[in-house]
Order: sequence, then structure tokens, then C-alpha cells
Amino acid sequence: MLSLEDVGRRFASGTEALRGVSLAIAAGDFIALLGPSGCGKSTLLRLLAGLDRPDHGRVSWRGAPPASGEIGFVFQDPTLLPWASAAENVYLPLRLRGVALTEARPRIAEALAKVGLAGFETARPAQLSGGMRMRVSIARALLTRPKLLLMDEPFAALDEFTRHKLQADLLAWWRDAGCTIVFVTHSIYEAAFLARRVILMSARPGRIAGEIAADLPAGPARRLDPAYAALVATLTRRLEESHRQGAPA
Amino acid sequence: MIRLAPAFFGLAALALWEGLVRALAVPAYLVPGPLAILAAFLDDPGGLLAALAATLTVTFAALIAATLLGVALALAVAATPLLRAAIQPWAVALQVTPIVAIAPLIIVWVGDPFAALVVCATIIAFFPVFSATTAGLAAVAPEYLDLFRLNGAKTWQTLRLLRLPSALPYFLAGLRISGGLALVGAVVAEFVAGSGGFATGLAYRLIEAGYRLQIPRMFACLVLLGAAGLAINASLGALERWFLARR
Repeated sequence: MLSLEDVGRRFASGTEALRGVSLAIAAGDFIALLGPSGCGKSTLLRLLAGLDRPDHGRVSWRGAPPASGEIGFVFQDPTLLPWASAAENVYLPLRLRGVALTEARPRIAEALAKVGLAGFETARPAQLSGGMRMRVSIARALLTRPKLLLMDEPFAALDEFTRHKLQADLLAWWRDAGCTIVFVTHSIYEAAFLARRVILMSARPGRIAGEIAADLPAGPARRLDPAYAALVATLTRRLEESHRQGAPA
Repeated sequence: MIRLAPAFFGLAALALWEGLVRALAVPAYLVPGPLAILAAFLDDPGGLLAALAATLTVTFAALIAATLLGVALALAVAATPLLRAAIQPWAVALQVTPIVAIAPLIIVWVGDPFAALVVCATIIAFFPVFSATTAGLAAVAPEYLDLFRLNGAKTWQTLRLLRLPSALPYFLAGLRISGGLALVGAVVAEFVAGSGGFATGLAYRLIEAGYRLQIPRMFACLVLLGAAGLAINASLGALERWFLARR
């Protein structure tokens, strides 16, 4: 679907966020970018979104580059407009494209129902829990049926129970939507549970320190699967190795 | 009980004031009692209320002008860093220059007395609206701007759907301060203009009463000005709550 070749990014402050990152992303895949805080995961995500440009190397799309709306982005903060209702927040991407509300209403209702928020159309963000706000944020990102969904630690601020529920739901939504997901996290457990490919990143400057394929059975039961525990152990060991070496593993 | 506390406290203070003035036999030309002030007001209620209306006309004209100017300049400053660099220092310079020092010049330059008073009051009132709106327009978190960019938002869409609603609480807080300052500006301008100014405002009546040693009348003017200031503050506060509840 797209590939990064020898991508590097250094900020005006002199901080080198990324160095020599090469990565190919296949359509329909679920990729987790796993690494410590400040390892350039979010920078990499911004490069994929086209919100930033690399100083070195290139990001290239196989076929036509995505049109506006074909890339969805979910931030760590739900980034909902506090003065707008849940439905108005979900409507935003279509509103910016000039789609009339009457035309968009069925899609908004469908998107909210999909994330389990039917009946909350008129609720303001302040009236919703943290998990529900994140569900609205995901409904908004899925509304335009993106080909690529980029998620920047979306569940990091949620409690454990809500996080587990959202992780399981996200897998269902991903299968249903058939899109590609690149999911940034610093949680080994989260990466192991969600992804089909886990890309390990080393501390700054961010480099790819390894890649592990995760092929666990589908469904929430995968958390109890011995293969899940083994994957967590492998990821932990690889991350520790890359930390010790301070270089690509 | 809590709501009535200010009224009770005020009444008690007035009673104490009246009692002390009478007990110590303080002459009315030094400190008049509340009853003497009331009598001075009732002596010429029409004249004083007309003067208050004149001052309030200047105040509201200045507040409207300051709001339009403040918001327009804040939008300009938010539009590009170049305009920001060009405008901001001059706005601050205007803010820190004492209005009393520029008012005589403005009164000479602007021929029409009413317009001159409005210009002076606008200069004082404009800064809070301008700086608060500027801060509000700039206070949008970067992720929100990224979200709008990713969805192909045009500049005016980002302004209308994101920046302006985000700036609304800031703007309303600035407007409340500007409301009080517009009244202060109108009074200061009337003081400086004196008989050469609009010559019908409450501040002019206050000076006039001072020249004639009509101290109770001076106090009556002061009470009216204070009440007007409180009313402006309360109405703008109500407006602020109304807007924030409905946006």
C-alpha cells in the first residue's frame, strides 16, 4: 500500500526524531509501532498522515496517493469539539467536505451505532466518559471509510477495563472496515493483543529495531491464549535487548 | 440569605454613614450623608439622568467600536505572523500610553466633540477585547488543527468551526473588562474635554458641581456612575453566561 525508504526527520531544534526508517505497509494489515516514549513513533505517524515531511528518504504510495478523507487519524486526546454534540462531532469530516447534514445523518447514526453509542447523538463531550469520548473520536475517523487509519496511543489515558473493551471492539471494527491500521503504542500488551505485525522502535533517534509477526487467533479469548503470553515475552525480551545495545537489534 | 447579604451590608453601611455624619455634625460641603445625596439627586433628577444617558451613549458607542476594532485586529494578528509582528507592539503602545495625555490632542484633531469622546473611550476599551480574542484564537491545541488539516479544511472553515468557537469564552471575558473600561474612558474623556467637549455628560456635571462646591450633587453623580458601571458589568456577565450555555 505504501512504503518508507530510509526516512529521516530532524526538527529545527536539532532533535533527530527518526533515522533510516524503511518499512512497507500492506493493504489491510494491522501494524503496531511499539517503543519507548520519545522514540519518534508519533513523528512517523505524522509522516504517514502527510502532516509532516521527511528531511531524508521518501514516503511513497503504491498507486494514487490518498485523497482527503482516505486517511483517518485518532489522537491520544479524543479531540472532540466541546461545544458540539456527539453527532455534530462525528459529522465534522463530512461537513468540511460540504456534505449536507440531512444527507449525512444516516451515516452519522450508523457510525455512532457501530461504536455502541446509539442514543447518545445529542450528548456533549463533557457528558460522556473518557471511553465514550474515544468511541466518538473513532466513529468520526471511520465515517469517511478511510483506507488507512492512523492511531496515536488512543487508549493510553483510559482505565484498564475500558481499554480492554475498546481493544477488542477495535479489532472487530478493523475486520469490518477492511482498512489498514497503524497503531502507535508504548504498551507491549496492547501491541501483542492488537497487531498482526509489531514493529519495534529504538530510543531516539528512532530506528526500526526489529519486527515480529503476531498471528494469534481472533476474538477476545486471545488474551488467554498461551501464544499471547509467549508473544508478550518475546516482545519484552527484544525491547530489552535493543535497549541494552542502544542500537537496532 | 447569601444573595441578600450585599444589600444588607450596603444598607447597614449607609445607616452608619448617615449616623456618623449627623453625630459628628460634619458639614455637607465636606462629607454629605446619604440622605443629602439623595436630596441632591431628587433636586434635578431629569438633568442628572440626561447626563447619565449622554455618558452611556458615549460608553456604548465606544464599546461597540472597541469590540469591532479589537476583533478585527485580533483576526488580522491571528492570520499571519507578519501582521502579528506588525500590529501587536503598536496595540501595546496604545494601551500603555495614558489616555489623559493623548485626549487633548484627540479632542483637537477630531472636530466633533461626541466623536472625540468616543475615540478616547475606544482607545481605553479596545485592548482587553483585542488581547483576549488574540489569545483565544491562538489557544487551539495543535491536534485540532491537524484534524482539520487532514480533513482538507479551508482556512475559513477552520476559523468558523474551530478558532472562533474556541476563542468565544476568551472574547466574552475580554468584553466584560472592556465594558467597564469604556465607561472609565468616557468619564476620563469628558473630564479632559471639559466645557470644550460634549458638555452634557455626567462627568462634566460632576466637575461643574465641584466648581460650585455642590458636594452632595458630586456624590450623586458618582453614585450614578458606580451604578452604571455595575449594571454594565452585570449585563455583560449575563450575556457571557447566556452565550456559553448556548454555543
